[in-house]
Amino acid sequence: MKINYKYGRLLLLLAVAFTSCQEDAPSIEEEVIELPSETVVSVEGFYLLNEGNMSSNKASLDYYDYATGTYRRNIYSQANPDATLGLGDVGNDIGIYGNKIYAVINNSNKVEVLDATTEKRLAVIDVKNCRYITFASGKAYVSAYDGEVGVGDSSPNGFVSEIDTTALKITRTVRVGRQPEEIAVVGKKLYVANSGGYNPDNYEKTVSVIDLETFTKIKDIEVAVNLHRLKADSDGDLYVSSRGDYYSIPSNLFVIDTKTDAVKKVFDVACANLTIVGDNAYVIGSDFSYTTFNFVISYSLINVRTETLSTASFLPKSVSDLIQTPYGIAVDPLSKNVYITDAGDYVSPGKLYCVDATGNLKFSVTTGDIPAHIAFKNKTK
Amino acid sequence: MRLCNIKHSYLLQGGLYLLVWILLLNPIYAQERSHVLSQESDTLKPHHLSEVILYTSKREFKIDSPMPVQILSGKQLEKLNSLSVADAIRYFSGVQLKDYGGIGGLKTINVRSLGSAHTAVFYDGMSISNAQNGQVDLGRYSLDNIEAIELYNGQKSTIFQPARGFFASNTLYLRTKLPQFKEHKNTNIRIGLKSGSFGLVNPAMLFEQKLAEKISLTVSTEWTKADGHYKYRYQKLNGYDTTAVRQNGDIEAIRSELTLHAQVSETAKATFKAYFYDSDRGLPGAIVANNYEHVQRQSDRNFFVQGSFQNSYAKKFELLANLKFSNDFSRYIDPDYKTLEGVMDNKYYQKEFYASLANLYHITKWWKASLATDFSINTLDANLYRFPYPTRYSYLGALSSEMTWDRLDIQANLLGTYVDEQVKEYQQGDSQRIFCPVLSASYQPFNDKNFRIRAFYKESFRMPTFNDLYYTFIGNSSLKPEFTTQYNFGSTYIIEPAKVLQTASFQADLYYNRVKDKIIAMPSANLFRWTMVNLGEVEIKGIDINTNFVFKLPAQLFLDIGISYTYQKAIDITSPTGTTYKDQIPYTPENSGTLTSSLNWKNWQINYSFIYTGARYSQKANIPVNYVQPWYTSDMALVWTGKLLNIPVKTGVEVNNFFNQYYDVVLNFPMPGRNYRFNISFNF
Repeated sequence: MKINYKYGRLLLLLAVAFTSCQEDAPSIEEEVIELPSETVVSVEGFYLLNEGNMSSNKASLDYYDYATGTYRRNIYSQANPDATLGLGDVGNDIGIYGNKIYAVINNSNKVEVLDATTEKRLAVIDVKNCRYITFASGKAYVSAYDGEVGVGDSSPNGFVSEIDTTALKITRTVRVGRQPEEIAVVGKKLYVANSGGYNPDNYEKTVSVIDLETFTKIKDIEVAVNLHRLKADSDGDLYVSSRGDYYSIPSNLFVIDTKTDAVKKVFDVACANLTIVGDNAYVIGSDFSYTTFNFVISYSLINVRTETLSTASFLPKSVSDLIQTPYGIAVDPLSKNVYITDAGDYVSPGKLYCVDATGNLKFSVTTGDIPAHIAFKNKTK
Repeated sequence: MRLCNIKHSYLLQGGLYLLVWILLLNPIYAQERSHVLSQESDTLKPHHLSEVILYTSKREFKIDSPMPVQILSGKQLEKLNSLSVADAIRYFSGVQLKDYGGIGGLKTINVRSLGSAHTAVFYDGMSISNAQNGQVDLGRYSLDNIEAIELYNGQKSTIFQPARGFFASNTLYLRTKLPQFKEHKNTNIRIGLKSGSFGLVNPAMLFEQKLAEKISLTVSTEWTKADGHYKYRYQKLNGYDTTAVRQNGDIEAIRSELTLHAQVSETAKATFKAYFYDSDRGLPGAIVANNYEHVQRQSDRNFFVQGSFQNSYAKKFELLANLKFSNDFSRYIDPDYKTLEGVMDNKYYQKEFYASLANLYHITKWWKASLATDFSINTLDANLYRFPYPTRYSYLGALSSEMTWDRLDIQANLLGTYVDEQVKEYQQGDSQRIFCPVLSASYQPFNDKNFRIRAFYKESFRMPTFNDLYYTFIGNSSLKPEFTTQYNFGSTYIIEPAKVLQTASFQADLYYNRVKDKIIAMPSANLFRWTMVNLGEVEIKGIDINTNFVFKLPAQLFLDIGISYTYQKAIDITSPTGTTYKDQIPYTPENSGTLTSSLNWKNWQINYSFIYTGARYSQKANIPVNYVQPWYTSDMALVWTGKLLNIPVKTGVEVNNFFNQYYDVVLNFPMPGRNYRFNISFNF
């Protein structure tokens, strides 16, 4: 009978071992990487929002501090341990206004407002399927695909919500075209690029114009199919990109004169992303076709004053060769350093490259998944 | 007039000729008595351990199988608190179940890290295929009428089977119950009910009728309804701690099956089966910050009929003919995706016609050869933008040889396939011609018949699915198949001391696998636009261990214990310069294991089972943000078997996830905490 007791004891041991509970995991702490520092004039540094792949809930926030040269990766959870499930799913846009960071988290249906000094949560503003954000005169404007919350019906049209940046509440909402993307304010008008991406058989072709006084749509400007990017230059011109239809219509870049609200120029250049700083527009082109399965990447420079396309690439070949999937772009307004991100295969951590105005690679650093959107933080008095 | 219509008509003609041929030939040869035919199409007889007593389990082994096999059958299966096939296969070693949680959640099997599309699933001898996405949702196959689940690493240990049986990297067989009638009893009826957590109501009925001396009819039907509500909890140490109730996980499903078995003659048997499944379910979706409730829905309707005929002629020649037609409909509704035509409402219609002929010839007493040829047509229609309406014609052939001596068994297969793709519009996928060799052997090194070693080498592939090739904005019609190579070395040892320790068995396998040209989704121009590419190479080294012990204790106590353990190092070797080079691939724990046990005393039985899955990574990079914690669950059950008002009754109470652990198998798809189930069944 000895053998029985032995096995019995073994079983008891196993049973005890199994009853112990799974330990609670602590929040993941930020990681600090030392990079070269930058002279601080008016810009103190920047926040980088990593999108994270859809449903992975891996949107994350990084901060690069110019003065110390420290790059803090994944800062949100440590600063906000009580925020359930962290920053959220698909960080689609980021902006800083006043001393507040606004992160648009697409699949978490929210705009997350953080204090730009402590990085702690100030408010969560629910906006279903929100896309992009811009600011003007004490207000934030957010574009969103879904009309349900904003306009209360099952219309396929999207909307733009106005958020008071003091009260951090939605004040007004206006319906725009289908699946609206980037927005910009010029004077008293708000411009929205409509994509119509949910209907590939019938893309939208317009930029909607909203009067900010009445917060009503006053007109639609016909541009091209499947619009996406929309950036204003200092002359009151809007640079609007079309994604094309991925088959016969290629991606393209257009200029709208906001004085006449008409298209005044077509660049015939592919545009996946762009930023305008000073007299220059830095354009990443990624022209993909489902007919050939090829895609051609370009880094074009446009002088927005003369509206001419430079023949040269804004990135030296030594840097562009390193980049697999160029994704986000920002240029420091003073140093003219180019910050460009590589989303890689979209499911692994990406990279951020810093290239100075003379074309030298200053540093590269590993980011979160799909590094995408950069917001510069200006010195506060 | 489309080309494929002509092909269809040829095919129908061909099928008719085949039937006529079989029917005509059969009576002629059937006159000749033959004893060659084995009852099972599998020529290796299962090795049943001496059945200790009614209460303990009858374990099945195929000790001379040259490829590792794990079997759960009969009582063994009943002891696992399992509602579906998916719940049960978690107890196999070398297996990862990708489980999205809840009764309606998708559950697919990934064997030895080769990927879920590399496991072929057979239901009563014929493959269930899904040309659209290559996935078979094992959560939809109820255990109610399943007699046995067999998992073969590689292929089934017989050369006499349809060609499809040879082609997949791994094969899972689901076998329904064969009716057995007691003397003077021509009807068996079993009525059962399961109910419990998640608002589950699951009545089932099994009806067996002896129609004639050698013909029987089985009808099995069940209805499942659940609201799918369960609590889940996400928490961080010194941080948030949120408990919520899973929403939109409801399901309503009905399954009906009709089977006719006929012993046509002493050497011939025929089976006909019709299967119908209809379901409507909510898709509870990923739990992400600020977004816990989803509204997407899916409904499915699957129907198939299959016929099988098997005979042996002149002691030398055996024939197995199979025909199958299946019609599948699935619909996906996303109320949040608002288009000009209303909300997204995608409909997919799949059809398959399948015909197979396998011939076995006994050349000498120790040498058999077989030729199996399969033909299938798969079509997919969908109401998608720019959808090409593909049709796939597959021709499979397997030429095999098996040599069996007292101590040695050697099998060799040469597999050849030709796949022809046709589309109505846009680009069509490339046609494929592929040859794969398979070699396997089993050897008894000592006099002891209960110890054998085995080894196999197998090349196989999976075709790109219709979604891989044609899904609007994602599909890439220039894809090649994804290839796997497997090497395995293992042994089985069984001892039967018939003392306190009644029996013990040990099975261990070492393996080395490679996957190349892995089909993965890659981004193209932007996040909305992904495309499928052949990129990715994986190297897998692993150990699977299975042991079973049956003890006869004093006071009529019987204890049955099974332990399995898996070690896997499955690394990404796509590119030495890549950032995830040599990282463990997603959702593959290095260590995992299970324990099953049951204690029987007279009419009572207590079951306890335990599953452990080690730490994993949710994405390619092995970094802290992708780390997924290990999980382990304990399931328990108390079962009573006896008679109530002279009617045989079996009833039980189950507690699953006894220690109420909250965990995710797939990141952000929470699994249920502690849950309960009650079941009762009556036999008439």
